[in-house]
Amino acid sequence: MNTTTRTAVPVGFLLQLADTSLILGQRLSEWCGHGPILEEDIALTNTALDYIGQSTNLYKQAALLDGRGQDEDDMAFHRDAWDFRNCLIAELPNGDYGFTITRQFLYSAWYYLYLQQLRQSPDEFLSGFAEKSIKEVRYHLQHSSDWVKRLGDGTPESHERMAHALAEIWPFTGEWFTPAETELEAIRLGSAPDPVPLRKEWRNLVESVLSEATLTIPEDGFMHLGGKEGRHTEYLGYMLADMQFLQRAYPGAKW
Amino acid sequence: MISEQDIWNILSEVPDPEIPVLNVVEMGIVRAVSVAGPRVEVTITPTYSGCPAMKTIEEDILEVLREKHIGDYEVKTVLSPAWTTDWMTDAAREKLRQTGIAPPERESADKALLLGRVRTIACPRCSSVHTHMISQFGSTACKALYKCDDCLEPFDYFKCI
Ligand SMILES: [Zn+2]
Repeated sequence: MNTTTRTAVPVGFLLQLADTSLILGQRLSEWCGHGPILEEDIALTNTALDYIGQSTNLYKQAALLDGRGQDEDDMAFHRDAWDFRNCLIAELPNGDYGFTITRQFLYSAWYYLYLQQLRQSPDEFLSGFAEKSIKEVRYHLQHSSDWVKRLGDGTPESHERMAHALAEIWPFTGEWFTPAETELEAIRLGSAPDPVPLRKEWRNLVESVLSEATLTIPEDGFMHLGGKEGRHTEYLGYMLADMQFLQRAYPGAKW
Repeated sequence: MISEQDIWNILSEVPDPEIPVLNVVEMGIVRAVSVAGPRVEVTITPTYSGCPAMKTIEEDILEVLREKHIGDYEVKTVLSPAWTTDWMTDAAREKLRQTGIAPPERESADKALLLGRVRTIACPRCSSVHTHMISQFGSTACKALYKCDDCLEPFDYFKCI
């Protein structure tokens, strides 16, 4: 292995990325069989698959660096809520379709910009991961912006629901721009980008779509934090109980 | 003595599980082959991070190597460089078209895609460019669903990434 292309990457930072992808992927997969139309059912579950695939790649690397002989399944299925480092926004229940789409849009816009920075990482794994994932996230952004415009600039009811979703979700968007401890360490080590300068660019990108959607971008007020440090909403525990049940009841089960 | 070219030929017999008209070499999934004495190493890369066919592809490759009595082998997966539809050959594109799947456009890094603009895709049946996208996400992760406004048939478009 070429050591000049590797920098130190804290395992906690990989988990932060991996857990957010896994939890959001798990949330989206709840739409399987419940999408408002067949095409959207397929779209959301395909997006879920991308996230879960991305989290698998990250967990493999985290397990490798952790060096305790665990694999990606151990990372996903045998950790408790307080060990999870995902952003709170990922664990919020899906709400109505407008709520899910609004979260997808705000998140994809953020993740797209973030992955562009992560692609510059001197760490070979992180840059390769970002280069791969950005191609998928580009489609998520395109898909969700399209729906934000259609629903925001749709009927009075769809507009109302989108405005409501935006107000509900907005206080969870500040967490991306507030680095947690392991993230700060990754930034100091030079392996991760500083998310703070991305805030303005993200806001501009979001605003351009929202204005087409006849929606007003909210002002930044109180922001919920803590997910990246293991302090979660009550929703996560229920999700994990559902997601981890089989591996907990029958450890190492295969079929 | 087995050569690298022999291995490439063997791998060309492994169909892509989701698009069986193409093999894993034509798809650009096989990135490298190395032969050192009796040892064979095959490097593959996923089309999409969550491509559910990757495990099957790996097993199919292992099986074909075993069938050819290669005893010492390994299949490795890499993420970088990221798979792109630009790696697909013209012959592979033509095969897709003939099966009714519109092949991917070139230049995968098209910025126009970002905020909702849609490409013009020719119908694989009647070649009409009067088509519209029904959904960005189709029957598999790598396809989008389109409909032709002239022959009225729906068709899959192999998304470029
Ligand atoms: Zn046609």
